[in-house]
Amino acid sequence: MPTEAAVTQLRLVSIGKRYSGTKALDDVSVELARGTVHALVGANGAGKSTLGKIIGGVIRPDEGQLFVNDRPVRYASPSEARIDGIATIAQELTPVPALSVIENVYLGIEPRRHGLVQRHRMRAQYAELVAEWGFELDGNVKVGALRTADKQKVEILRAVASDARLIVMDEPTSSLTSVETKTLHRMIRTLRERGRTIVYVSHFLDEVLELADMVTVLRSGRLVRTAPVTEETEESLVAGMFGAAAAAENFEKPQRSTAPVMLDVSGLDRRGVLRDISLQIRAGEIVGLAGLVGSGRTELARAIAGADPVDRGTIVVDGTVRRISSPADAMAAGMAFLPESRKDDGLFLELSLAANTTFADLPAVASRLGVLRLAQERGKTTSLLNMLSVQPPAPSAKAANLSGGNQQKVMFARWLFRNPRVLILDEPTRGVDVAARAAIHQLINNLAAAGTAVLLISSEIEEVLGLAHRVLVMRRGSITTEFGADPPLDAVMEAAFGLGGRTIA
Amino acid sequence: MTAPSDPLASDPPASDPLTPEPVTGEPVAGEPVATADPVAAREIALPRVLSGRRIKAEHVRDYGIIVFAVALFAYFAVASSVFLTSQNLLNLVFQNATIGIAACAVTFTIIAGNFDLSLGSIFVLSEVLGAYVAVHWGVWWSFPIAIGSGAVMGLINGLLVTKLRVNAFLATLASALSFGGIAVGVTRGGLLITPTSSVFTFIGQHRIIGIQYPVIIFAVVAIVLQLVLAYTVFGRHLYGVGGNRNAARLSGLKVDRTVILTFVITGAACGLAGLIDSSMTGSGSSTTAGLGGTLPLLAIAGVALGGSSIFGGVGSVWRTVLGVLMLGMITNGFDLLAVTPYWQDIVRGILIILAVALSFAVDRRDA
Repeated sequence: MPTEAAVTQLRLVSIGKRYSGTKALDDVSVELARGTVHALVGANGAGKSTLGKIIGGVIRPDEGQLFVNDRPVRYASPSEARIDGIATIAQELTPVPALSVIENVYLGIEPRRHGLVQRHRMRAQYAELVAEWGFELDGNVKVGALRTADKQKVEILRAVASDARLIVMDEPTSSLTSVETKTLHRMIRTLRERGRTIVYVSHFLDEVLELADMVTVLRSGRLVRTAPVTEETEESLVAGMFGAAAAAENFEKPQRSTAPVMLDVSGLDRRGVLRDISLQIRAGEIVGLAGLVGSGRTELARAIAGADPVDRGTIVVDGTVRRISSPADAMAAGMAFLPESRKDDGLFLELSLAANTTFADLPAVASRLGVLRLAQERGKTTSLLNMLSVQPPAPSAKAANLSGGNQQKVMFARWLFRNPRVLILDEPTRGVDVAARAAIHQLINNLAAAGTAVLLISSEIEEVLGLAHRVLVMRRGSITTEFGADPPLDAVMEAAFGLGGRTIA
Repeated sequence: MTAPSDPLASDPPASDPLTPEPVTGEPVAGEPVATADPVAAREIALPRVLSGRRIKAEHVRDYGIIVFAVALFAYFAVASSVFLTSQNLLNLVFQNATIGIAACAVTFTIIAGNFDLSLGSIFVLSEVLGAYVAVHWGVWWSFPIAIGSGAVMGLINGLLVTKLRVNAFLATLASALSFGGIAVGVTRGGLLITPTSSVFTFIGQHRIIGIQYPVIIFAVVAIVLQLVLAYTVFGRHLYGVGGNRNAARLSGLKVDRTVILTFVITGAACGLAGLIDSSMTGSGSSTTAGLGGTLPLLAIAGVALGGSSIFGGVGSVWRTVLGVLMLGMITNGFDLLAVTPYWQDIVRGILIILAVALSFAVDRRDA
């Protein structure tokens, strides 16, 4: 357990980190003061996550030095950082799903006697811990059954149980609902009041401005500045992240279309997940799906795209009834589905951009015998990558080496390569920086203008409202409300929460 | 194959996927010329190393095998007066031809993210069935029956893994038991089946232009499989399935069919290897004391040593060829230097561990 050695102040001097030739971080110096929330912001690929990981001992810097209380340190692993009281709560949470909350919280630091874990003492300690910090969570539930927000709570409890003094949080709210985000922020404030330091890596600038004391802005691996949050605005942060040129983004507000119906879904049912879903999307129309996490948005998208089975329902594409029981069926019908998680369900990280782009339609770059025409593949990929301004626009680059925004553009490239009539987008801008976001919004808008029917799902309600010609709100597996273009935000939120009045948290 | 017209003028020529590897470390005539996989982007790194950039851990992992193979080759060439004779080198490949054929094919299964521990049993049962039909139906039947029965056994494996969703380790471990049992049954408890026809032993015991037929068959199999992997839609699908199964399915691929096909190809190749083996010895034997027992381990060790990922998504056939030949080279070279056989196993074991540990170490740094 960290005591005297515990971190009160952390200093990073001239930190540098290289990944296969590209500089992820270059000469970055930051000082973190005790009892503050210190935000790290930057575009995707700016190096903010890398910096967070270096602080947490997850990765080692190639250059520079860390000082804890003016003592130079060098962490080979997160567990070494933990000895100094530094804990990391990663973007991809890592608790053990088969163990209970209590067992996870005390994993590796169980109270023991003669080498045996004392379960009753562990329970008592947990009750104390929860009472002390006011973070309510049933300790006996298996972690695997918890929602992301609660898994995060487990990680935070785990950090405070081991008396961590500095907690690194990497994009903690990227898969939380707004209510859950508020809860997390309350917890962070409690931590700060009790002298804990929080390193808060995020691309949500409003959260940073609301929560943080200090903010460090990074751009392309270099330090732009570290400043008190009170001196910053959303515009000043964006300007810092992208240079003065790219300021706040502006969503397009196109007119509602009256074209023929391209996608007609009726009576879609899946036991316990979807209830009697019917919706229509016209050619050139963007229909937004809003709703809380767990309302069935993603499940609906997957059902239409053939990724998950359904019990009942009809899907008509461009006037033809289609039996869709696999993604291949949906693609044959002219649909394309961009899944929520590009890492889990989308990209082939080890393969080249060319392979990633053409994978869904390899016959288009192959002879009838199935021999690939590699030059043709490179050519077609290059022009798509250029059109989408992917950096680098090199067909031979490895997908894993791209930033999140560029990876997402490659996912778009794969589907544009097929020229779909119906495009289903699940969280198309998750984990994507502001510039790439704007580019993707513009792209979605252009595709619709060219006649593609778009179903857009996003946790960010502003994104749905900004792009959609119509907004459908889902709640508990059914579509409960429909709005036209530009509905008032609070009305959509109320529908999503199933509230009558304006009592949203 | 299409001509490599480079649409990207600014792209360094090094990243052209059609550029052959400048260094192959390939000592043996008739083996496939190493070609960079067009899809595995890491494969393009070698020319950059040679052009004078920093050598990094991932280069050591990806190309260390080549350097090591060359070094080992050079060492044996100097240490033993016999090693560097065409006769010995041909023998080296000849002795490893059956392992090599099975290993090249199982590379497909492994790249697609699966595993096959039944190589040895398929090999044995195919061999026995081939010899059996040679005796009872006529010698020409042995060719289609050996290869075909191997394919059927692969199909069974594939169906177990995809349709019954049995883990590939367990499925092939279990099927290996059954196949081996059937082989013992066919041979009435382990008797040798010895076809008398000279046709049966022809490919195993004869040469053309001084090269043993098994060597030629191995070379053809390796080249064909490498080309399929690098230049066809099917090959690309294997990388996709092994790299990200969900993504492959969501991209419209019939994943199960692809996986089954890898098992069928592996099964057929093991059948071919069994046929060659029985042709070399002139008999069909159900014993697993010889190659039948060690084949799966040696073949998979060859794949791993070559640098293909055991978890799928990354790898190539030429790497497997290199891995298998390196294992063979250790045996051959140590024999020539009269090193006791147990040292061979110790060294081979250490090598495999080094290769795998290195790839893990590098992957962890990347993460």
